[in-house]
Amino acid sequence: MNINATLIGEAIWFAVFIWITMKYVWPPLAKAMSDRQKLIADGLAAGERGKHELELAGKRSADALRDAKAKAAEIIAAAEKRGAQMVEEAKLAAKVEADKVVAAAKAEIAQQAEQARAELRSRVADLAVAGAEQILKREVDAKAHAEMLTALKQEL
Amino acid sequence: MASGEPLTSSAYIVHHLTNLTVGQGFWALHLDSLIVSGLLGLVAFVGMSMLARNATPGVPGKMQAFVEMLVSFIDQQVKDTYHGKSPLVTPMAITIFVWVLLMNTMDLIPVDFVPMLLGLAGVPYFKVVPTTDPNLTFGMSLSVFVVMIVMGFKVKGFGGFMHEVFTVPFGAKMAPVNLLFRLIEDIAKPISLSLRLFGNMYAGEMVFILIALLGLWQLPLALPWALFHILIITLQAFVFMMLTIVYLSMASESHG
Repeated sequence: MNINATLIGEAIWFAVFIWITMKYVWPPLAKAMSDRQKLIADGLAAGERGKHELELAGKRSADALRDAKAKAAEIIAAAEKRGAQMVEEAKLAAKVEADKVVAAAKAEIAQQAEQARAELRSRVADLAVAGAEQILKREVDAKAHAEMLTALKQEL
Repeated sequence: MASGEPLTSSAYIVHHLTNLTVGQGFWALHLDSLIVSGLLGLVAFVGMSMLARNATPGVPGKMQAFVEMLVSFIDQQVKDTYHGKSPLVTPMAITIFVWVLLMNTMDLIPVDFVPMLLGLAGVPYFKVVPTTDPNLTFGMSLSVFVVMIVMGFKVKGFGGFMHEVFTVPFGAKMAPVNLLFRLIEDIAKPISLSLRLFGNMYAGEMVFILIALLGLWQLPLALPWALFHILIITLQAFVFMMLTIVYLSMASESHG
């Protein structure tokens, strides 16, 4: 164990290794580590922000859902009301139509009755004339009595 | 145990504690310390710098995660203790911890393994653990010492540094005593730093060598000592690093 020039050699080795570490080992590693630290911090912040945004979006979507539900209920109510109205209108229209049909039918009936009556009238007149002819035989002057018969017909 | 010519126990121990040396006197070089420490350092730091170049701030790979864990642990120690602004301290702490840890770990290679293999290749001596060479520990601690002094001058300025040397802790009236205290304190720092590491590793290595001398008994003994030694390996690397940080923080903070 004697001290000699090896000491100088080892000191040189030591200096060389410190130089390598100082220039090529420590700075890139320190930079990589601090960069990663920043990266992680940024990532965490972004995650926090994302969570917050998710919360907001949830709130927004709940609001939107509630609005939509309210609107849907409104629309349904309006539709129901409109439906009822339409039914009412249809009923009314049907009633008017029915009245019209009934009126037409009544008119037709009245007309037909009139017609039947007229026919009947003429037939009765004929029958009466025939009966009278039978009764009076030839004594009757058809022309002379026609006026009286017509007046009679009118009375019927 | 080394085989071949008959060996006494003390010859075996001495053989294991002799460095592979070239040159004479002061200019002798311990090739084994220089080669092993250099290789370990090159592998570790060049490897780490290649990894750091491809480091991604995204999801790190397993290797990157491991290295990041290591360096951020060391950086945390530095941040907790050193409050100056020098960009040198963290890289220096990383270098010390990783390098010393790797060199200490060489202690876990069975004591005869490398010397015998290299012996076959004709290398007479080989001490595998560079930290059992005081040249290395002093080389490191004196480098730390120089950095410490330079940092003191840089942070406090020449006047401030001198003021601290002559007035702390007893005030200006006791300037010579203060200077003496300061000299003792500062000289003790590199010596204790290097001798602590050297002593621990040398003693650990010595115990491994002695266990290897026990014949069959080394089998139940080497494992527990190796397990225990893992603790010392890590602890000494950590202590060297930690004390360096403390010394540098003391150098860059005024003592009142």
